[in-house]
Amino acid sequence: MNDFNDTISSVSTAPGEGGIGIIRISGDRSLDILNAIFTKDVKTPNYMTYGHIKDQDKTVDEVMAVYFKAPHSYTREDVVEIQCHGGIVSLKKILELTLKHGARLAEPGEFTKRAFLNGRLDLTQAEAVIDLIRAKSDRTFDVSLSQLEGKFSRKIRDIRNVILDSLVNLTVNIDYPDEDIEELTYEKLKSDLSDGKKMIEDLLKTSDTGRILREGLKVSIIGKPNVGKSSLMNALLNESRAIVTEIPGTTRDTIEEAVVIRGIPVSLVDTAGIRDTEDVIEKIGIEKSKEAFNTSDLVLFIVDRSRDITDEDRSIALLVKGRKAIVLLNKTDLPEKADISELGLDDMKIIPMSVQGESGIEELKDEIEKLVYSGDVKQNDSVLITNVRHKNLLLNAAQSLSDALVLVEVREPLELIEIDVNAAYTDLGEIIGDSVNDNIIDEVFKRFCLGK
Amino acid sequence: MARERILMGEYDVVVVGAGHAGCEAALACARMGMKTLMFSITLDAIAMMPCNPSIGGTGKGHLVREIDALGGEMGINIDKTFLQSRMLNTAKGPAVHSLRAQADKNRYHIEMKKVIEHTENLDMKQGEVVELLTENGKVTGVIEKTGAEYKARAVILATGTFLSGKVFIGSSNYMSGPNGLAPSIELADSLKKAGMKLRRFKTGTPARCLKDSLDFSKMEEQKGDEVPVPFSFLNDSIGENKISCYLTYTNEHTHKVILDNLTRSALFGGEIEGIGPRYCPSIEDKVNRFRDKERHQLFVEPEGLDTDEMYIQGMSSSLPEDVQRDFYKTIPGLENLRIVRSAYAIEYDCIDPQDLNLNLEYKTIENLFCAGQLNGSSGYEEAACQGLMAGINAALKLKGEPPFILGRDEAYIGVLLDDLITKGTNEPYRIMTSRAEYRLLLRQDNADQRLTEKSYRIGLASEERYMRYLKKKENVEKEFERLKGKTASPLKANPLLSRKGTTEVESGVNFVELLKRPQITYEDLKEIDDETRPELTYHEIAQLEVQIKYEGYIKKQLEQIKKYKKLEDRKLDPDMDYSKIEGLRIEGAQKLSQVKPLSIGQASRISGVSPADINVLLIYLEKMRRTNG
Repeated sequence: MNDFNDTISSVSTAPGEGGIGIIRISGDRSLDILNAIFTKDVKTPNYMTYGHIKDQDKTVDEVMAVYFKAPHSYTREDVVEIQCHGGIVSLKKILELTLKHGARLAEPGEFTKRAFLNGRLDLTQAEAVIDLIRAKSDRTFDVSLSQLEGKFSRKIRDIRNVILDSLVNLTVNIDYPDEDIEELTYEKLKSDLSDGKKMIEDLLKTSDTGRILREGLKVSIIGKPNVGKSSLMNALLNESRAIVTEIPGTTRDTIEEAVVIRGIPVSLVDTAGIRDTEDVIEKIGIEKSKEAFNTSDLVLFIVDRSRDITDEDRSIALLVKGRKAIVLLNKTDLPEKADISELGLDDMKIIPMSVQGESGIEELKDEIEKLVYSGDVKQNDSVLITNVRHKNLLLNAAQSLSDALVLVEVREPLELIEIDVNAAYTDLGEIIGDSVNDNIIDEVFKRFCLGK
Repeated sequence: MARERILMGEYDVVVVGAGHAGCEAALACARMGMKTLMFSITLDAIAMMPCNPSIGGTGKGHLVREIDALGGEMGINIDKTFLQSRMLNTAKGPAVHSLRAQADKNRYHIEMKKVIEHTENLDMKQGEVVELLTENGKVTGVIEKTGAEYKARAVILATGTFLSGKVFIGSSNYMSGPNGLAPSIELADSLKKAGMKLRRFKTGTPARCLKDSLDFSKMEEQKGDEVPVPFSFLNDSIGENKISCYLTYTNEHTHKVILDNLTRSALFGGEIEGIGPRYCPSIEDKVNRFRDKERHQLFVEPEGLDTDEMYIQGMSSSLPEDVQRDFYKTIPGLENLRIVRSAYAIEYDCIDPQDLNLNLEYKTIENLFCAGQLNGSSGYEEAACQGLMAGINAALKLKGEPPFILGRDEAYIGVLLDDLITKGTNEPYRIMTSRAEYRLLLRQDNADQRLTEKSYRIGLASEERYMRYLKKKENVEKEFERLKGKTASPLKANPLLSRKGTTEVESGVNFVELLKRPQITYEDLKEIDDETRPELTYHEIAQLEVQIKYEGYIKKQLEQIKKYKKLEDRKLDPDMDYSKIEGLRIEGAQKLSQVKPLSIGQASRISGVSPADINVLLIYLEKMRRTNG
């Protein structure tokens, strides 16, 4: 479990609050972390300071920062708040920077928990905090279940197995010096640990370049006019309490909105009216729509269930065929008229819904989440890291393996190398919720014939 | 027919069993001023070594040093009676260097018995304890098979493999203690009646054969170290090695004999219900499970100077005697062996260690302490350290003083007890260095620095031991300071450096920096040192070197310990009613009620208790604090 006295950080504004977002840091190292990423040197508590957040030489955002000295703060610890532009990109980037400089990502409710434990809140709030913790752990459980099946957790397991090999060999060599077992050479350690490190780095690369983390999953909504596209868009925006940022460069023909669905950043594109037309101006809009459609990761195809299938539906169905798509049968609150089989999209996931009656939305979100975590939305082999916590643990693990490799290089004794290798194994285990020690000892006895 | 009860004595503490746990328990109690009585089914079995003739090894050697640092007897006794000594793992770093000594079994027993005989406050008695007396959930005494009753304010159970012991050889099985001694059968019923839950574990031992029936020319000789190193911090040197051991291997013929007769093993016949340790498998288990392994090594080790009996390490078995004879004879050097004691498996009653408090007291029976194999451990050293801790805690309890509990950051003993009691075990538990999170700090060389002062404060470690500890501490510190202020010129240092195969220097170099190089030892520095260099003892040099060589890593682990401590320092009331805490999951609440952890840290190590449960507990604690404060 987490040490409850370290420094934590998270985005503290509720998503959807608009133009300004706040990153809050709490703990002994709060001020150090701020000053490490801020153009100004903050010393005095309770004063707003204007400046820029920088990632080495690069400016990330212009912000206002304020420092509250313990115990005069929300958590009664040293607290720093950074007010930046409210877009998801900026918030995420600054959050990542604070983590990079030593903060740990706060768990939901953790600021409140600390405030309570440090005597800041009154008793009646304790129950609420427990609910938060409970809700969070149940939720984590769900997510880990769905990820269990996914490529991501498989990948983590693969990497862990490579590291486990080294760990088991280290353990058996240290604890059973008198046994008839193959001696673990530094050469073998070097090659095995390098393999593990490379696997982590490859995985991290997908997180650095993967669009889903940076820009979100590109989802386009398509369907003939008046079928409920805008309503769906609004429903998703409202329900997910989205951080709404209008992305510059979009025209009114394709409206692009950023939302967060189940923790996954998603950019929604409403492809207004793809149809043949001679109107030049409209044609430009349509070209844009088509482009948005063609570059999307996932297509939501809306069909009006209360009307007959038209040629327009059929031509859109042809476009959708072969794409990663979900068919939404809208208007279940009205009598059914459409015969969906006419569209020939039987192999696709079909979700009946009523945007007006607010049914089917949760199912759609479930499906989107499932697709992302199972790696199904991307047709290639890459695995996506959408979670800052995961990314951080991977970075730590890679660092530990680098440290171990340095020790291998200078031929330090095995029990020192083991410490770093074990740390990497533990961090990766935290991603998939696996504990360590007994695991290794079980493995030792499974693989080696030991004992007198 | 009911036994006539005769009151024969009154004691502060009665110890049931005189193996490695029983002896340490009894000695600790007596030394802490408790009037103590130790029972043994036969006094000829005091500190008996019914299995391998050696003490120490990886992790185990650390335990012996810790027992010694705390004022226990095992280290001193093996120093008196060792036949051969080896420091294992010297190819690795000093944190995992592990001392192991071959023991003269009989002399080990005799020397320990002598100490027991001459210890003030300590009586011993041959006899079988058959009944535990309790009143209102509190121990009041024991009854012997003869009807003799002994009143006791506390009882320490250290029954080893005697409790309902059952030996298996091939298709035969019979009630027996180890080594052909009588088992303890009636006591188990009494313990159950008192509310203790018992389960079955098993272990085994290989055959013994006569020396002159072996051909050592076909084996590899294993000599001891040039200069044997003492276990005890009270000894600076311990004399010469007296014997060699021998290494040989099984082969395809051995494996064929075993596999052909596998069904005749008690292990595969399904008659053994006890769970055996994975790290101490029988040879049939090894051959069966690792079919592609072409050979298994075995060591042939003398059992003592006054006997020709040899121990065949690595070859325990519960196969019938004819099969044993046949497979042993396929091994080079053993072709003509004459077996004088057959290999056997033994099954015995033990408790679930999760039913104990961290001070080794049984949760539901006050002043009843348990130690050794009874708690589900395996090994002489594991038993001895539990006996010592049970003895200390029984004495402290009777004196009305707080319990003596070692943390995972303080001692392997702390790791072992926390593993057993907090996590529980499904097989006989063996210590391993990899079980310790802070391996670089829990070393052999600094066991006295970690523990002796603590033991002295509770009245166990002797004045002599305490003074030696202080002197070593001072000498190491002084010498460290001296080395820090000392430099050698390139002219002086370079010949040494080049000879040791490490980079030469261009300007003056500090002695501490030199010592940080893996290739340079403290001894090496002698030739470039001057008359200010003191004469240090073995133990002092060992600690000085490690402290300097691993300074950086040690600091890192000390940082980790600070974090660990914060959780250990959040205390929990063992009588807390977890079922009443809102927000805990049912499984978490059940586990917490069973283990009754003393701290948040301990609670977090219980399997089945989730991080969310811990958070709920923290909030509950704060709530209680405010309501009460």
